Amino acid sequence: MLKRNPFRFLIALATMVTLMIAPAHARVEININKGNVEPLPIAVTDFLQGELGQKISDVVAADLKRSGLFAPIAKTAFIEKITNPDAAPRFEDWKVINAQALVTGRVTQEGDGRLKAEFRLWDSFAGQQMAGQQFFTQPENWRRVAHIIADAIYEQITGEKGYFDTRIVYVAESGPKTARKRQLAIMDQDGANARGITNSNDIVLTPRFSPNKQEITYMSFEGNEPRVYLLQLETGQREVVGNFPGMTFAPRFSPDGQRVIMSLQQDGNANIYTMDLRSRTTTRLTSTAAIDTSPSYSPDGGQIVFESDRGGRQQLYVMSASGGEQNRISFGDGSYSTPVWSPRGDLIAFTKQSGGKFSIGVMKPDGSGERILTTGFHNEGPTWAPNGRVLMFFRQNSGAGGPQLYSIDLTGYNEQLVQTKGFASDPAWSPLLE
Amino acid sequence: MSRIHAQAAGRMQSIARNPIMIALFASLALAACAKKPMNSAGDLGLGANAATPGSTQDFTVNVGDRIFFDTDSTSIRADAQATLDRQAQWLAKYPNYAITVEGHADERGTREYNLALGARRAASTKEYLSSRGIPASKIKTISYGKEKPVAVCDDISCWSQNRRAVTVLGGAGM
Repeated sequence: MLKRNPFRFLIALATMVTLMIAPAHARVEININKGNVEPLPIAVTDFLQGELGQKISDVVAADLKRSGLFAPIAKTAFIEKITNPDAAPRFEDWKVINAQALVTGRVTQEGDGRLKAEFRLWDSFAGQQMAGQQFFTQPENWRRVAHIIADAIYEQITGEKGYFDTRIVYVAESGPKTARKRQLAIMDQDGANARGITNSNDIVLTPRFSPNKQEITYMSFEGNEPRVYLLQLETGQREVVGNFPGMTFAPRFSPDGQRVIMSLQQDGNANIYTMDLRSRTTTRLTSTAAIDTSPSYSPDGGQIVFESDRGGRQQLYVMSASGGEQNRISFGDGSYSTPVWSPRGDLIAFTKQSGGKFSIGVMKPDGSGERILTTGFHNEGPTWAPNGRVLMFFRQNSGAGGPQLYSIDLTGYNEQLVQTKGFASDPAWSPLLE
Repeated sequence: MSRIHAQAAGRMQSIARNPIMIALFASLALAACAKKPMNSAGDLGLGANAATPGSTQDFTVNVGDRIFFDTDSTSIRADAQATLDRQAQWLAKYPNYAITVEGHADERGTREYNLALGARRAASTKEYLSSRGIPASKIKTISYGKEKPVAVCDDISCWSQNRRAVTVLGGAGM
């Protein structure tokens, strides 16, 4: 089981210091609401000194590039070599290569062994500094520092929180399709630092992060009894959620982390239940002779979206978090499943099956404004980045291969393969790490 | 919730896992790649007489351990009824067996829904067997959704083999 705590990131952080005063009016900005944004040319220079500084700047540039909102400029095009990251750069040299924004930085080792990482973000055309911060961490956490810096740059320029300092829990799959081994695994959002967190021959599916604890909920077939479990990432401690008389599946946490919502299968029907993790009491929310599953809370905890085939095919329904009236919101051609409410509250992502294809799309919580972001042989199971701007999902091509993870932003233009060692499915994005 | 707890006790697992059964199932899974239904003896390369009457092999080879479903459907087709009728007769003849019905779905659906769909198929199979005189108390069900396909290919003929309910023998009399 767990060897060490993946969240023990202790960027001994807290010591996040603004180095200089941000200017009143920076000119460099990206409006991510505009759709298919032209990526902003940015120069991410090697942090001083040496190899580690270079590696940090590479991770920062890779994060920004994958977001689709930035176009990092090749280092070979740089004219000025930064030798003092505290001093103002020669802005003319950066304007010439159209670097609208410029990142400089430095990493040094503190007397106590900690790493100190500093960066400054410059607006080349305005000729001023936009941001400057420093962080302290253990040397093995250098990638986290790079992600935090990328988040700071993203936030400064887009005006929205970033999502780079996050993790993904997923199902790592290996072996042939008819004898597939599945284990839960966790990795950084860019695919680095991947490691398994379960290792048994039992099928494990649909891991989901707690919004505020180092905990996941998932489904396991342990003992040939398919049930929902909780797993403490720090200790490896596991427990069954509730004592239900049948298969429980499709779990998710409530936004306050106090409840798990899931489906209970009884004979041919699945209905939605919640369990309060403190009192251990269970509450039944739906009662239909149908398959009601994949429940997901709105971020304010007031509503629940789920899928049901009560009308024949799978469609999306919304109800109050306390149950009661259930209103269908999906009316397009095809069937809709795996709804997930955006952390911003403005959209619901889903899997859509239509015309023999599987698509990932979004719609407003009232069902209007449906947009398909990607479509193909089989795309399934979206999960939201914590800023509600990017989705991750899994894609299975036809034939004997296995699924892989992809991310796509809300414009639908920026689709990226997320590198994993083997096959991977059921991604779930963590909140921003603290 | 008290009703639910009572049911849970009644559904305690009544079969022991049996390595022979598992080995046989694995060989069936391989045979399935040949893209043919595997109810007949020929698929296993075994003569019908090779199986000892009343054995797991007898059940699998001579009776047929699985039925197939139409897309998104849980109704028992006519050909499936014939198979289940044979299963019920055989199980009546060898009443020491408890059974587990495993429900499966093809890959053309989402994971969570397919878990429920497989469960629904297992439930309708259980109901049918029960209507043919097999005590419901001796039938456990489990769904594997789309997670355990026996056939791998890109077309409908293959998906149709994966939409199945498999009756697995367990318990006393093995």
